Amino acid sequence: MIALSHFLAMGGYAAYVWPAYAVFFAVLVTDNVAPRLRRRRILRELRERLARQSARARRPPSKP
Amino acid sequence: MSKWIPLWLHKLGSPPTFYRFARTVRPWAMGLALLFGVIGLYGGLVLAPPDYQQGDAYRIIFIHVPSAWMSMFVYAMMGVSGFVALVWRIKLAEVVAMESAPIGAAFTFITLVTGSLWGKPMWGTWWTWDARLTSELVLLFLYLGVIGLYHAFEDRRQGARAASFLAIIGIINVPIVHYSVDWWNTLHQGTTVNLFGHSKMPWEMLWPLLAMTLATKFYYAASLCRRAGTDILALEGGKDWVREIAQAEAGR
Repeated sequence: MIALSHFLAMGGYAAYVWPAYAVFFAVLVTDNVAPRLRRRRILRELRERLARQSARARRPPSKP
Repeated sequence: MSKWIPLWLHKLGSPPTFYRFARTVRPWAMGLALLFGVIGLYGGLVLAPPDYQQGDAYRIIFIHVPSAWMSMFVYAMMGVSGFVALVWRIKLAEVVAMESAPIGAAFTFITLVTGSLWGKPMWGTWWTWDARLTSELVLLFLYLGVIGLYHAFEDRRQGARAASFLAIIGIINVPIVHYSVDWWNTLHQGTTVNLFGHSKMPWEMLWPLLAMTLATKFYYAASLCRRAGTDILALEGGKDWVREIAQAEAGR
């Protein structure tokens, strides 16, 4: 317990060391999540486009 | 050997092959990044002794320096693939150049913020217009310029070529960042780690730093695989192989 609080205190520099590490991980996690969301959106939009195309192909030609 | 390597490269240049290659490589690269990251952070935060002058504040080095190296390394990768994209008009080189930019910008941002957090207790200031800090800030603006120019065009390939041109011009800033501590009198400290000579750092501090360097390299490989693969899906949306992937992942 004492060892842990000693570790977390970082010799009095905890206010600088831990935010630095927090920024490092927050930025890299964001860099990881952003392309995942983009990929999901791209594939969803593609499926919607394909669904519209096949619906149009099934419909009889409309009369003017 | 000399025959099948060009053939393999040629095949890798085709989007579906590259997509499958990236999907296979990505988990391995990410696994190695996490492995080296855990080892490096344990070594840096727990095992390495405190610095005799800076106490425990110096432990920011284990993310600051690898990120700073990556900010330059990724820029060089972006510049080289941008050059290949402009000269040989290879679609995949455009993808690699443009998808490297956000990763490089992320590492540059980390470098500036962690440097600032390190500067406050050691120098007494968050920021100073010193040659190293200013040139690193210019590097961030170059990355943002490349990203912005790429998205400013209606036609993505046209945007990629314009942004590649900017990336190539901006390469001039990479040696400026690197040598700034030698060329000018800076508040920022000089080179500590020398790959080809004597490093002014004890081994207990050096090995976690090298482990973190490897971790960030593998991280870049993994992130680039994911980003490039996603970008290829967007570019090749009309092709059958992308449609099959879209339908296969419909349930998810």
